[in-house]
Amino acid sequence: MTASPPARSPGASGGDVVLELRAVTTEIRSTRGRVRPVDGVSLTVHAGEVVGVVGESGSGKSMTAFSVLQLFPTKAARVIAGEVLLAGRDLLTLRPEALRRVRGREVAMIFQDAASYLNPVLTVGAQIEQQLQAHDMARGAQVRVAELLRDVGLTPEVAKRYPHELSGGQCQRVGIASALACSPALVIADEPTTALDVTIQAQVLRLLARLQREHDLALLLITHDLGVVAEVCDRVYVMYAGQIVEEAPVERLFAEPQHPYTQGLLAGVLDLLDPKPIQAAIKGSVPDLRDPPSGCRFHPRCPHVMPRCSSDVPPLVLRGETRSACWLHDEADASQGTPT
Amino acid sequence: MAASAPAATVGAAAVWGQLMRQRRGLLGLGMIVVLALVAILAPWLAPHDPFSTSRNAFLPPGSAGHLLGTDHLGRDVLSGVIYGSRVSLIVGLAAAFTATVIGILIGAVSGFFGGLVDEILMRITELFQIIPRFVLALIVVAFFGSGLFNLILVIGILSWPQTARLVRSQFLRHRTLPYVDAARVLGMRPVRIIFREILPNVLAPVIVVASLDIAQAILLEASLGFFGLGDPNLRSWGGMLNTAQGFVQRAWWMSVFPGVAISLAVLGFNLFGDGLNDATDPRLRSGS
Repeated sequence: MTASPPARSPGASGGDVVLELRAVTTEIRSTRGRVRPVDGVSLTVHAGEVVGVVGESGSGKSMTAFSVLQLFPTKAARVIAGEVLLAGRDLLTLRPEALRRVRGREVAMIFQDAASYLNPVLTVGAQIEQQLQAHDMARGAQVRVAELLRDVGLTPEVAKRYPHELSGGQCQRVGIASALACSPALVIADEPTTALDVTIQAQVLRLLARLQREHDLALLLITHDLGVVAEVCDRVYVMYAGQIVEEAPVERLFAEPQHPYTQGLLAGVLDLLDPKPIQAAIKGSVPDLRDPPSGCRFHPRCPHVMPRCSSDVPPLVLRGETRSACWLHDEADASQGTPT
Repeated sequence: MAASAPAATVGAAAVWGQLMRQRRGLLGLGMIVVLALVAILAPWLAPHDPFSTSRNAFLPPGSAGHLLGTDHLGRDVLSGVIYGSRVSLIVGLAAAFTATVIGILIGAVSGFFGGLVDEILMRITELFQIIPRFVLALIVVAFFGSGLFNLILVIGILSWPQTARLVRSQFLRHRTLPYVDAARVLGMRPVRIIFREILPNVLAPVIVVASLDIAQAILLEASLGFFGLGDPNLRSWGGMLNTAQGFVQRAWWMSVFPGVAISLAVLGFNLFGDGLNDATDPRLRSGS
């Protein structure tokens, strides 16, 4: 079932493993019940690698990102199982102060709506200096700020400006500068271009890609935008209803999507290049995670659903360079006798 | 989604420009400046030593050398009013400052951490709010003496609840804003987030309350002085009113002029505070 050439198998693409999530489960407890927006997610990011996590809204991709640093938009959320290994160290077992030192220094985040993530009453320079001071890097902070601003394509004079004096794209550049301030090994970008105009999106994306190369960053990119994925990612995880359903090198994902959900996602995008009438996107909507579907969580929406799908949970199986969780492949392998 | 900066956010320059454009705040500011100049220049402005007695008791206003008359010991009323401004201003500023510092600390901790901490601190705050301030001040000063330092401390410690509640409510709102999440994600300690990230955002309304606190503190100090609990070594407006009590019919000027001074000082800080409030409120800002 394996027997793939080791050309660019998922594990061998980059350098050392920077981040590894092992069966991470995050739970939100509310009066209306318990929800697991992240349910047994495992993923790895290597040094110098850009890894994408895609999925619809509600698929748990952002919650996966928040689980790394254990900072959630709601106090009710908590990682309840699994391991979050940063360079081999489990962040889930760290004391608060040790975890604080990791945040911003070893792992930094870039957000969707950069303007609102900047402090409205502090100048850009003051904010980045704060960030440096928080990690005892205050010495030479002003020089460093100028250097960072230049690095993200802004003039050092921007340091004296307030966020409301900047455009959305400039704010995002400041956000990126702030994330890079302490030279983290891993940057998590949560929909970094979604709130921007299309032209600015391209600029910011190119900037991210350049900085990633220059600083040899490991970049975990959370997005619903497959165009963004195609442009910058090396490897992609597809999430559905809190679980990973497919993992593949980016070119394999677009050439040969294996999971029906991935196929559906891609169909919605590729139609634009194809003069054929637009196919129906995936029918239905993301299931209510308070009561997830049995078996494969995608089965109520899947065009290829089989009896087995509603009873058994399909495991992630490696075929070629792609791992996917679908019973279809089992059937295909059984009928052909050999993997593709 | 786009400009999500909190509404209260305005640069100091913008507030200043706004303040300059409206009469009330400007008038208040003018009164405060005059009060401050009088206090600073007292030794040069006062025609007499405020303590020196003379045989010219009960001189009416307009008498030669005694513009506002003299009191029952022949002390110059004008000089007393001029020197009294120092006590009022020092006590007002220092007590309001003390109250503001305590209020910020308690309000910030309460609002930022929430939960049990908030619960406990707010019950303490309410306790301080329901105590009749004046009665407690009277008792404390009566027991511990009425030196200037004691007065400042007592008034300050009795005046912080309003600031604390204001700061708490602001922190409750701000702690959920994205920029605070960003600060956490970037690894800042709570102390840094509270004082360097959130506090600058909520300072505008705090300053407004502080300026109103000054007026209240001046009034409270004068009231204590009126009851004979002012600093006995200083000439204060409240103290002058105290001594004037017995002579209201015989020498009205002994009570009227210090009284007017108290009113003007309180009015000045109130006008300024109101003006500042309007100037920092974007909803009331005129166009341009």
